[in-house]
Amino acid sequence: METYTALVLLLAATVRVATPLILAALGGLFSERAGVVDLGLEGKMLGAAFAAASVSAVTGSAWLGLAAGIGTAVFLALLIAIACVTYRGNQVVAAMAINIMVSGLAPSLGLAWFNLGGQTPQLERPGQRFAEIQWPWAKAAEHTRGLGFAYAQIVSGHSVLVYAAALLVPVVSWVVYRTRFGLRLRAVGENPQAVDTAGISVTALRYEASLISGVFCGIAGTYLSIAASAGFVRDMTAGKGYLALAALIFGKWRPYPTLAACLLFAFTDALAARLQGVALPGVGVVPVQFVQALPYVLTVLLLAGFVGEAIAPRAIGTPYSKEK
Amino acid sequence: MRMSGRLPAWVEYGLLPVLNLLAALLLSGVVVRIMGESPWAALKLMAAGAFGAQDSIGYTLFYSTNFIFTGLAVAVAYHAGLFNIGGEGQAYLGGLGAGLVGLACGGWPTWVVLPLGIAAAAAFGAGWAFVPAWLQARRGSHIVITTIMFNFIASALMTYLLVNVLINPGQQSPETRAFGPHASMPAVSDLLARVGIPYAPSPLNVSTLLALAACFLVWVLIWKTPWGFAVRTAGRNPSAAVYAGISPARATIQAMLVSGALAGCLGVNELLGSQHRIVLDFPEGAGFVGIAVALMGRNHPAGIIVSALLFGALYQGGSQISFDMPRINRDMVVVIQGLVIVFCGALENMFRAPIAALFARARPPAAAPGGSPAVTPSR
Repeated sequence: METYTALVLLLAATVRVATPLILAALGGLFSERAGVVDLGLEGKMLGAAFAAASVSAVTGSAWLGLAAGIGTAVFLALLIAIACVTYRGNQVVAAMAINIMVSGLAPSLGLAWFNLGGQTPQLERPGQRFAEIQWPWAKAAEHTRGLGFAYAQIVSGHSVLVYAAALLVPVVSWVVYRTRFGLRLRAVGENPQAVDTAGISVTALRYEASLISGVFCGIAGTYLSIAASAGFVRDMTAGKGYLALAALIFGKWRPYPTLAACLLFAFTDALAARLQGVALPGVGVVPVQFVQALPYVLTVLLLAGFVGEAIAPRAIGTPYSKEK
Repeated sequence: MRMSGRLPAWVEYGLLPVLNLLAALLLSGVVVRIMGESPWAALKLMAAGAFGAQDSIGYTLFYSTNFIFTGLAVAVAYHAGLFNIGGEGQAYLGGLGAGLVGLACGGWPTWVVLPLGIAAAAAFGAGWAFVPAWLQARRGSHIVITTIMFNFIASALMTYLLVNVLINPGQQSPETRAFGPHASMPAVSDLLARVGIPYAPSPLNVSTLLALAACFLVWVLIWKTPWGFAVRTAGRNPSAAVYAGISPARATIQAMLVSGALAGCLGVNELLGSQHRIVLDFPEGAGFVGIAVALMGRNHPAGIIVSALLFGALYQGGSQISFDMPRINRDMVVVIQGLVIVFCGALENMFRAPIAALFARARPPAAAPGGSPAVTPSR
């Protein structure tokens, strides 16, 4: 019974850790599929986390916080798109610039506005955060054993953003594989010349994809600061954007495999937190850092072609110019 | 990348970088204004904090030394057509190399320990760059992604080593014991005191000379040797390189080894020069500053020295300014760093195109191709 409880709690933690990864990775899926490298996930999420927490702290409304988070991330995505698509700048450089700038700007503005050493005020009033939603009978099932406990912990008791992330996976899959926009999106990442020849604007498609990525990162960042925690702290994303990118690569730029990769990475993360100082039978104490490094090691191995093969969209990273 | 014809060198290496930097500083001024402080007063405070006293100049040059190493690392990879984001991890591992020498051989004669420490730092940095380089060259894995992953792996590895293996027994903070007595780069203030010039103590040490030597060596290596020619050719046009008998894969690996070794030398300045023990997360983002430094310095050692000096001053000034303006601290420097990358890297075509158009109009088309020196790097 003890192991069962631990396992259920571990899976519940996995769901919570996976949510921002899933959202960011799905956002990255759009822009990467359109041929724009999305290293900026980290910065967009961090910017959104800060904006959401700030607005929620001032207005007292989590929904306004969400709007601010999405607005900020979309604005940052727009900046990257202007540099990469319109001015045909280096996509990696542009994204790193945004990541670095936001990592300085968020605590700077936080310090100037709230004078709390770069943090935002703790969100304590009801309505300032996205509260956990209790599903029907969850309260009663919490003290039962077996499936009822799992239902109360894993299915019920998350914020609305978690369920939104779960719903967005099939939606994204449908958009990418079953709509005209999705077909064009995939085409523009593989062969922009062909798309251009068919009379469709490569520029417009890449802008749209970048902005969609901004929306998703906005939700992801908002989740971090006003759903998973109660305020913004310095460097809150802590590499989650890069981890989401790794999951996207690990999922070979497809929605469901990406979801699986996010869950796997989140599971290792939740496991690492649980394994801290615990001696496993036969193995002894597993260093937490090994488990933490695992997603990155796996991604490198995959990229190296040692476990499966990851083939990126062919036109990724190259600015498109009509003259060539 | 280039949108129009060749520009005169003074525009390419003087006017454009200055314009880009001004745009970045102007926007930073706007941010300072938003934060409710006067940009002009902030600039003056920063300059005073960076150059106002002997020890602050020492700190400024000490930080600049770090940034020269990481800036050169980015630049060398850049000339091979590679974007090395892994400077942070390579510097971290380089510090491990220098630190292990300092711990194990700290009692040996200075003239043995220090070269050994420098060699170990370079070797460990190069080793950490080798895996992503090899994967790029032989397996086609994208080096940007793999070097990012290696930053995180380096961070996890070093935390593990410092917490579980190298930690000084009987203490809480994850750092090693102090290095042996002979494993420290001589401090500049000590050297000056020896010849009778009093100078306020600061972490500035002879690693700065090592950094300047590295600048010269990189310049020779990239522009004056067949090796550099091969690397640049492979970087600009891999298929042409193959026809010239150059192996792009080999150029990739070798350039990344040099790049990683340069980043690793940060460990010499930071650990052998200042901390005298291995501490957690000592590169403190210098690997990423290297990106801004290299872009602003147009990937040329001379430019890198200038921009490393600027960033050294920003870092030192940024940590001093918070005493007078509590709303501004070093985070503001990170903002400026990001803006410099935006304008010098991502938006470099923004000023170039109109200026190139201006020059094309001012000069008759026939004269356009000539008139610019060929020694400087072209991109």
